[in-house]
Amino acid sequence: MTAFLKNLIRNRVMLFMVLPGAIWFFFFSYLPLVGTVAAFKQYRFSREGFWASLMKSEWVGWDNFKFLFSTNDAWLITRNTLFYNLAIIFLGLVFAVGLAILLSELVNKRLAKLYQTGMFLPYFLSWVIVGYFAFSFLSMDRGMLNQIIGWFGVEPIQWYSEAKYWPYILIFVALWKTIGYNSIVYLASILGIDRSLYEAAMIDGASKWQQIRNITIPLLSPIITIMTLLAVGRIFYADFGLFYQVPRDSGTLYSVTNVIDTYVYRGLKTSGEIGMSTAAGLYQSVVGFVLVIISNYVVRKIDKDSSLF
Amino acid sequence: MAQIVKKRDFHHVSNGWNVIMNILAGLFALICVFPFVFVVIISFTDEKALARDGYRLIPKEWSLAAYQFVWQSGDTLLRAYGVTILVTVLGTIISLILMSLYAYAISRKSFRYRRFFSIFAILTMLFNGGMIPTYMVVSQLLHLKDSIWALVLPLAMNAFYIMILRTFYSTSVPDAVIESAKIDGAGEFYTFMKIVIPLSLPGLATIGLFSTLGYWNDWFNALLYIDNPNLVPLQSMLMRIESSIQFIQQNSANSSMSLAAMQSIPQDTSRMAMVVLATLPIIFAYPFFQRYFVQGLTVGAVKE
Repeated sequence: MTAFLKNLIRNRVMLFMVLPGAIWFFFFSYLPLVGTVAAFKQYRFSREGFWASLMKSEWVGWDNFKFLFSTNDAWLITRNTLFYNLAIIFLGLVFAVGLAILLSELVNKRLAKLYQTGMFLPYFLSWVIVGYFAFSFLSMDRGMLNQIIGWFGVEPIQWYSEAKYWPYILIFVALWKTIGYNSIVYLASILGIDRSLYEAAMIDGASKWQQIRNITIPLLSPIITIMTLLAVGRIFYADFGLFYQVPRDSGTLYSVTNVIDTYVYRGLKTSGEIGMSTAAGLYQSVVGFVLVIISNYVVRKIDKDSSLF
Repeated sequence: MAQIVKKRDFHHVSNGWNVIMNILAGLFALICVFPFVFVVIISFTDEKALARDGYRLIPKEWSLAAYQFVWQSGDTLLRAYGVTILVTVLGTIISLILMSLYAYAISRKSFRYRRFFSIFAILTMLFNGGMIPTYMVVSQLLHLKDSIWALVLPLAMNAFYIMILRTFYSTSVPDAVIESAKIDGAGEFYTFMKIVIPLSLPGLATIGLFSTLGYWNDWFNALLYIDNPNLVPLQSMLMRIESSIQFIQQNSANSSMSLAAMQSIPQDTSRMAMVVLATLPIIFAYPFFQRYFVQGLTVGAVKE
């Protein structure tokens, strides 16, 4: 005991440095874990505060989960989350790498920088603003999209009520927002490739495309794999902003826009089904945890420095 | 016939391809920038022309009415700006202090509990309590609802950034420097303040920028925790006026407008004007952001 105390005192300055952060982690990361027990309860907010609410709510065991998975909801939100993430990861990868290669091969470098500046912008804008942008195109009576299809004699479409278009819309917007940013990472890697490899290939008579296929892309594979694996590790988590702001919380679209994250939020704010929503959240955290561990394990095998641990 | 050596530099793609690539890249860059330009144009459009023709790239009638309206009932916007600026500055400072101290401590091999606190941080990246439990803690236990701290604290720490900072410290501040400082009698804190921080400024600047952007664009915490209209930050305000400009009117000190005046309020255009005004700081700070973000990204991605 005294040895322990002695060590504490010896390390007191460092402990003092870590203390504020550790307290933050305690309250904002670890204590909420206690709250996940609400997934097993018929949770009711008690006026007496956090502990009282947890204690007083009735224990229902797996009921919330049973109910959650018996409805169509669980299937829908899981399908949506996975589908969108897979599409965005895959397409995002193809376009980001393609864009990076393209930028690296442009003759006029100043033009390339100019394009980059433009491409990077969407990343800095909040989803609220992007939601407004989307609205300027998709608004029923004023949006540009309905005007354009009007030129072709097509009747205006109530975009915010027609579910079938939204997979395309959401994927497009997600790509629009992230490709520019993601391409920077790949571009940095491309610029780090030894030029002499290309010169040797040229001397051997390789065309530009052969060079790209046989030098650039293989050398990019490690970083591509890592980025993709890390993204796949998070495949159970959706970008809340994308799915909440862009569809403007339109109920008719829920079947294609509701992801696990928005479902949990709506459970909290509207339906008041705290127990079930917490169950959904816990379901997401557990599966997400397993996926993150697995993907990081694989990344670690490839390149030790790039994994989280 | 003598061999004609092509003038084209073999390092480059052919001219034809270069043109195509320029068009593609330029087109994409345009698509990225266009929506903002479009919204700016809408904000300068006459409201009646809007009702008639819809959102036009080149409106038939221009008008400054939207900006006039914003100017008149401007205190809502100003207050939102104030809240956002306060939260961003406070948040970034607190965030940097918390994270840099934590990261420094766990980067020091002489810290006995280094491993423990590293894992303590990393675990939070792997497993999340979830939205609802966090809400429970923040609102019911910490009683932060409707306070500025509900906007500042939830974003203050990020284990990923801490790891980046830790790596930064271990690589850019050699142990030898710290050791020699110790030999000269400097305490840990002194070493940190006078030696480590100046050496790690680029890393701190990058994380600081990520942090600033996060705070500025945050709307989620306001959505969850803020009901008081006086504490509404910019992005949240934009959310509240999405369907109707009522929020502005209700909370404006100049709400004694005549009925006639209220009917002629340029609803749609004012909304877009608000969007433009809320985005302008980002546009202005953009070149600055861009340079540091690219640096930070490439350093972080290439060498973790």
